[in-house]
Amino acid sequence: MTLTIVSRADAAALSRRTFLKASATAAGGLALAFVVPGRSEAAGAENGALNGFVRIEPDGRVHLTIPMVEMGQGTYTSLAMLLAEELEVKLDSIVPEHAPPNDALYANPILHEQSTGLSASTRGFWLPLRQAGAAARIMLVTAAAQRWKADPAKCTAKAGVITDPSGKRSLPYREVVQAAAQIRPPALDQIKLKAPGQFSLIGTSPKRLEAAGKVSGRTRFGIDAIEPGMKFAAIAISPVGGGKPKQVNQAAALAIKGVRQVVVIDEAVAIIADHTGAAKKGLEAAAIQWDDGPNAQVNSQSIVAQLKAGSETSGVIARNEGNVEQAFAKAARRFDAVFELPFLAHAAMEPMNCTVHLRKDACEIWVGTQVPTVTQTRVAALTGLQKDAVILHNQFLGGGFGRRLEPDGTLLAVKIARHVDGPVKVIWSREEDIQHDIYRPYYYDRISAAVDEAGNPVAWHHRVCGSSVVARFAPPLFKNGLDFDAVEGAAEPPYALPNILVDYVRVEPASITTGFWRGVGPVHNVFIVESFIDELAFAAKQDPVAYRRRLLSKNPRALAVLNLAAEKAGWGQPMPAGKARGISLQFAFGSYLSQVAEVAVDTKGKVRVERIVCAVDCGIAVTPSMIEAQVQSGTIFGLTAALRGAITIKDGRVEQSNFDSYPPMRIDEVPRIETHIVPSTENPGGLGEAATAIVAPAVTNAIFAATGRRIRKLPIEEV
Amino acid sequence: MSFVLKINGASHTIDADGDTPLLWVLRDVLQMTGTKFGCGMALCGACTVHLDGAATRSCITTIDSVGDAAITTIEAIGQSEAGRKVQRAWLDLDVVQCGYCQSGQIMSATALLMSNAHPTDGDINDAMSGNVCRCGTYNRIRDAIKLAAGAKP
Ligand code: FES
Ligand code: FES
Repeated sequence: MTLTIVSRADAAALSRRTFLKASATAAGGLALAFVVPGRSEAAGAENGALNGFVRIEPDGRVHLTIPMVEMGQGTYTSLAMLLAEELEVKLDSIVPEHAPPNDALYANPILHEQSTGLSASTRGFWLPLRQAGAAARIMLVTAAAQRWKADPAKCTAKAGVITDPSGKRSLPYREVVQAAAQIRPPALDQIKLKAPGQFSLIGTSPKRLEAAGKVSGRTRFGIDAIEPGMKFAAIAISPVGGGKPKQVNQAAALAIKGVRQVVVIDEAVAIIADHTGAAKKGLEAAAIQWDDGPNAQVNSQSIVAQLKAGSETSGVIARNEGNVEQAFAKAARRFDAVFELPFLAHAAMEPMNCTVHLRKDACEIWVGTQVPTVTQTRVAALTGLQKDAVILHNQFLGGGFGRRLEPDGTLLAVKIARHVDGPVKVIWSREEDIQHDIYRPYYYDRISAAVDEAGNPVAWHHRVCGSSVVARFAPPLFKNGLDFDAVEGAAEPPYALPNILVDYVRVEPASITTGFWRGVGPVHNVFIVESFIDELAFAAKQDPVAYRRRLLSKNPRALAVLNLAAEKAGWGQPMPAGKARGISLQFAFGSYLSQVAEVAVDTKGKVRVERIVCAVDCGIAVTPSMIEAQVQSGTIFGLTAALRGAITIKDGRVEQSNFDSYPPMRIDEVPRIETHIVPSTENPGGLGEAATAIVAPAVTNAIFAATGRRIRKLPIEEV
Repeated sequence: MSFVLKINGASHTIDADGDTPLLWVLRDVLQMTGTKFGCGMALCGACTVHLDGAATRSCITTIDSVGDAAITTIEAIGQSEAGRKVQRAWLDLDVVQCGYCQSGQIMSATALLMSNAHPTDGDINDAMSGNVCRCGTYNRIRDAIKLAAGAKP
């Protein structure tokens, strides 16, 4: 969401009136919370220490309530580093804790709600967490100085220990927390933060804080919730959207050992049992017949035809600069192309699941969600309970990728739990998870360019056509018919394009719900823009790197990553027959990336990606090892989709079902991925999704260079 | 029917149908949630345990087929030397991301090293390609196996 949100992030987003409030914890420690007047009072932050963002207990441990969820991106570690840097404590003295749902206390300053997405976590908390750390340090130092009757400005703090001006006396934080809790926190604008050159932790690569639990099986994901007396549910959801169960053999299901109950709701059937094995067996025995409802005729062809027709009409203007029509009319040559990208499922390793205990007066939920507050609100609406009677215990997420931005799995579990006495854990099978996902939209885009005699683009028209995730997900942000996310990466390509028109046509395919998918808007637009720029380069008989360079004279950060990727990849050095390199470039999520892919194409056309080189300028690199991990992760996620990811519809049903028909990349086929980080003192950009967006065009451009085959429709492999 | 399973050195009597997958007995009946569910069809390796030291997909292993084989799960893998080395290497190279697949990855990697102290890249591919990681931690998994084997990654 670079278009709309970067400016807000730059403004650091915290309201001017925001202040820090200190209080004592029950154990005699110090708690700090941000208070936004008018917003936080309602949440009780003014009074209670309980909701403190940061708590320093008399045992010296620093508890940090992490407002964002950990789904693999490393945010627990990176956010803890921001606090530790200014607080002057060792990173391992910080205990990250899951945050309960509370927008007033834990909203991401960029997204204005407590949701984890759009690669906004480090960007959003870059300033507030460092401020909180600095404020706490100042208070602790002041408390120590008061005890010594020394000048606090001359005392120093390091690794959780305060030293007096003479250097002779020192006090660990834990001995002054109680006194510090009585000191008024400094005003935010009085806090002087370290300059980038003074960082001692930011820019290093400490080990992830939560790793030990993950290598020993101790980490609890949502699916691992255990409640006394809990039952287990296996479910079948109508295979066609809008369908209903018609016939359920309840007796056969109940005859299975361990099956306790059959629950039939509008859109699904759940078998409740003593363990999931029995529940699954009961589900099979139930031999459910469905009434498919009105959508049984929907298929991929009809959806594509609908989108194609939409792409032939003009859309809502996202950007219009210069005079595109005139420039096309006058130009020497013109190029037109159609690009298609398929529906995609998220297929996080942890299948959808949710544990619910619904009582008369409360609903308790255990789930890993990217949207705790939205989930709480929706459950309250569904059950008629007050919001604070909906108690949500957020868990570690076994992958999110955007799937867990949707509360549907929790709502379904609550509907089932209504019929169950006691807690019930609902686990979706992998088949249900893939067939009832909320899919990345299918896009059918048209793009045209006109070039001058030298082959440089003088007119550019990109028409994005697809369903709108924003209109469904965040209606207030869907303004004047424009989905800002659908055009992100299209409306502001990094290149100098003198006459540019980008418009958006919204087409909603029947019965398919679409949602955010790792990389969001850029993942589709960057593929198109970077493929098309490559086409123009080849049409101009120019080297793709040299061609891009000429269009980047006003964009030094983009030019620098392009050059770095090309250099590290050995761009221009000869490759054996059947092998070639391709390049791509993007600015998205506040970060600049360029990637070079090396591919080998065998005589049957089978593509093997052998090496990826990625240059990254994400501003200050908070945790380089995490950046490398996210580049590898994002690249493989995007590459899997580019090579063979596609969800197709037949007779209203999703045709793919498990990892055999929706195959992930495996260790024997992934390339080595090299990451090169550009040193920078700019504020951090987001990185959880960037590499997912950039990889496809690097690969397809390489395939073109190797074979002359231009890929304008994904996935690369036939499905 | 009831079955006696030897898990991590302890015997457990399980009262369930013989065709119940071991995975659900571990997770739901015994509340040993370190072993994960990912696909239910031996396609992802998230549920990998050891039966007498061999990597086995517990999602398709019925309890009546286990017999008196010794079952080892992620909860106890650190008690073996190979398991401890693998976990150490995983931490040293910061392999994990979301972590959900990692119990299975570690079980497969440990089984590999127990039978082959110095695996080649090809051996790693053979032993590990049944384990999916949607977070794409594969580069570091390969390096960590080599580190655990004492080779320079
Ligand atoms: S859950 Fe057993 S292999 Fe996937
Ligand atoms: S670490 Fe997330 S699936 Fe492997």
